Amino acid sequence: MKELVVVGNGMVGHRLVQAMRDRDTAGAWRITVLGQESRPAYDRVALSSYVDGKSAEELTLPEVADPLVQLHLGDAAVALDRDARVVRTAAGRELPYDALVLATGSVPFVPPVPGRDLPGCFVYRTLDDLDAIMGAAERAVSAPRAGRRSAVVVGGGLLGLEAARALRLLGLSPQVVEIAPRLMPVQVDEGGGAVLRRLVESEDLQVRCGVSVTGISEDRGRLIAELSDGVELDADLVVFSAGIRPADGLARGAGLPLGERGGVLVNTACRTPDPHIWAVGEVAALEGRTYGLVAPGYAMAEVVADRLLGGEATMTPAELDMSTQLKMLGVDVASFGDALARTPGALEVVVNDPVAGTYAKLVVSDDAKTLLGGVLVGDASKYATLRPLVGSPLPADPVAMIAPGGVELGADALPDSAQICSCNAVTKGALREAICGGAHDVPALKACTRAGTSCGSCVPMLKTLLAQEGVEVSKALCEHFAVSRAELFEIVAGTGIRTFSALIAQYGTGRGCDICKPAVASILASLGTGHVLSGEQAALQDTNDHFLANLQRNGTYSVVPRIPGGEITPEGLIVIGEVARDFGLYTKITGGQRIDLFGARVEQLPAIWRRLVDAGFESGHAYGKALRTVKSCVGTTWCRYGQQDSVGLAVALELRYRGLRAPHKIKSGVSGCARECAEARSKDFGLIATETGWNLYVGGNGGFTPRHAELLASDVDTDTLIALIDRFLMFYIRTADRLQRTAAWIEAMDGGLDHLRAVIVDDSLGICADLEAAMESHVAGYADEWRGVLEDPEKLERFVSFVNAPDAPDPTITFVSERGQPVPVTLGLPGVRA
Amino acid sequence: MTAETINTETINTETIDTARVGLRWETVCLVDRLLPERGAAALLAAGGEPVQVALFRLADDAEGGSDGVHAIGNVDPFSGAAVLSRGIVGDRGGVPTVASPVYKQVFSLVTGECLDDPGVRVPVYPVRVADGWLQVGLP
Repeated sequence: MKELVVVGNGMVGHRLVQAMRDRDTAGAWRITVLGQESRPAYDRVALSSYVDGKSAEELTLPEVADPLVQLHLGDAAVALDRDARVVRTAAGRELPYDALVLATGSVPFVPPVPGRDLPGCFVYRTLDDLDAIMGAAERAVSAPRAGRRSAVVVGGGLLGLEAARALRLLGLSPQVVEIAPRLMPVQVDEGGGAVLRRLVESEDLQVRCGVSVTGISEDRGRLIAELSDGVELDADLVVFSAGIRPADGLARGAGLPLGERGGVLVNTACRTPDPHIWAVGEVAALEGRTYGLVAPGYAMAEVVADRLLGGEATMTPAELDMSTQLKMLGVDVASFGDALARTPGALEVVVNDPVAGTYAKLVVSDDAKTLLGGVLVGDASKYATLRPLVGSPLPADPVAMIAPGGVELGADALPDSAQICSCNAVTKGALREAICGGAHDVPALKACTRAGTSCGSCVPMLKTLLAQEGVEVSKALCEHFAVSRAELFEIVAGTGIRTFSALIAQYGTGRGCDICKPAVASILASLGTGHVLSGEQAALQDTNDHFLANLQRNGTYSVVPRIPGGEITPEGLIVIGEVARDFGLYTKITGGQRIDLFGARVEQLPAIWRRLVDAGFESGHAYGKALRTVKSCVGTTWCRYGQQDSVGLAVALELRYRGLRAPHKIKSGVSGCARECAEARSKDFGLIATETGWNLYVGGNGGFTPRHAELLASDVDTDTLIALIDRFLMFYIRTADRLQRTAAWIEAMDGGLDHLRAVIVDDSLGICADLEAAMESHVAGYADEWRGVLEDPEKLERFVSFVNAPDAPDPTITFVSERGQPVPVTLGLPGVRA
Repeated sequence: MTAETINTETINTETIDTARVGLRWETVCLVDRLLPERGAAALLAAGGEPVQVALFRLADDAEGGSDGVHAIGNVDPFSGAAVLSRGIVGDRGGVPTVASPVYKQVFSLVTGECLDDPGVRVPVYPVRVADGWLQVGLP
């Protein structure tokens, strides 16, 4: 048994351990991993999504659970004794090794300016850094003082822009300071830089290029950053993201040779001159050059794993994929291959459209036959198809490949050797093999090949490949309808069919079931076909909708009157209390700022509603796959910190969308400032006040798989906001699957949130007017469903306990008292099993 | 309620031999009271005990003509709640069914068997329509 010590538990170190365990089937190596951070390996590429609400658990990479792997977290290597082949750690461990792999990554480079150690100065590298930044931002935002909360970001590269965006999300106004004459100087050329700058500035990030920070000083609890042109920027915090330096101290101390700009010098086998010591990832200087991206690091990890098990793998700088893609708030940037045309004789083909805010460049070989690289700014949708073509013959005229409305390249244009997923080096050939081997959907492909598990930019390509390989994903609703809910919606909307019997006769088979009937009921309700209990529709409703109340475990129902925005008068509270007392109901405050009255029998519902309706209440639709509630904080109505009238907006929104039926329940919240007391980011659509308007977040939910809503639009005024929500909700109602909440709906969309933004903010499909009109018609047609029953003797007739004994209470229902209120007696189950 | 012993018009004979002596026909309501494709509960008595029956009227029951009606026990064996009459009516492979509104298990209206958990079944009652009156056969 040989001992392998891996110093570093980052993405590359973790990949090495995975690769070793995958390949070392004989168990020749025992592996000890040292991690300086206290957390196990996580996805640092997706670091910024932590600010978007991804949890540390979600970012954690899959654990390599193996008795041959031992992980020491929160313990760094401090000394390396090459003669004794022992690593010593900060905690005093002495780890002997037969092979040592340095995977220590990088440390942030902080320019040596005075004041860089002041409180309020941060780097942007680890989850702990982000925790600190988020804490400082929260303190700044909630400080009781007037004026903007601002931040200075030192460095306008990939990471700097990500940091700036994160700070923007945290409620600060970031200013980016970049010493080079353009943003992202490493990846983007001058033309792309100009387009990028305009796009970034339109997202409310201030940019200053060609200047550097010369000093930072403290001023009355805030910071002042002095720039080389004499300008002073005041800031609540300063984030340094001016580049990285290889963490090569251990090798340096042990006398191993380093690259000219640092990094542990290794050959194409990723080995140092010491035959027992290897280096991979950002700390490795492969033939003298370091690489600050994860894909080359992964490639090096695979090489070392191969070598340790007797292979002959090598890795040359030319083989390393230097592609990157940045996805910021509405700003796409991608660069791949030889983006800056450093290959001798390379030709550049540029399509620059300043009006549309897009810039595309392809770099091709001197004979214009081979694609060498490219840059995309403003629209990186072609990244997934272009990047794998690097090094391959051009399938079409290069201008046509990037011009708007030019050639659309599909996956079929790619050779089997093309890398579809550069993060994990998965080729088209490997994916096709996996599909033939039975991986018939994206999650299966991810599990089996790791493609799409890092940055996710290749996921649309995975779908394309599945379709090309002829994998049919059944979207049938159930055995009665072979179409999806969205298709059924289009059929109903387009044909004018308004009854289930006609629909199933023409487009389905059989009698229907508890899957398709409620789905059709929801579609019909969305198209404004009157009361949900009218005519044939009544038989389609789930029991909750059929009785306009929520079925509880003993066969009784609970009743929730609407309390818009959670705002209720004392008289209203008294009425609810009196009704509950008179009917012997159990009362509870819900999470949605309403009051739930439990224990009503079917035959009692109309009498309860009568009392509530007479007092001015209406149905709160707690029983429906419909808009439930718009929660709010007290906003400027009462709060010292409120920036906008959150209660007023919540009430207006709840009244506007009340009764709106959808593929699943819809919840919302409105917070009057960045403190977010209404928890709006856990809602399907949530609003957070800013100084000048509202930030609209979509696609959040609590429930089984909690998800944070993502920012769709920022600083919009109330009219724009309502138009956007109208479009968002109607687009969801028309296109989502049955029982698919907004988070999953956006996730399943090709292009995800960006596509959604294109459709409902930029009107890319030209349907926004139609969506708004549909919502207007819903608003105009709204009527209280409880009142609709009370005013119709025929509907009232159904609210009986027994058809032959209308007022006889169900004898199986009994209550006991608990904490002063009635609760159902647990029902005995009939002996049904043989 | 009237107890009669008329002979059959529309009788589901899957589980009870109609020739059995002592079968009482309880008249429940006019069959028109039932919404097509939707259930209703009835409170009856058998052997001095209250019995809850879930009645269903199908729109086009192949088994029993245009007034195809079915009667099964109303108590959901998985929750103990008397709610099967409130479930959604449908079919599985042509067999008429109701889905319990509590945990959504599907039961055959013909045999009372749970199609999602074949070890479980609910009682089935003979049922018929006479002069527009819906009648349930009880022991």
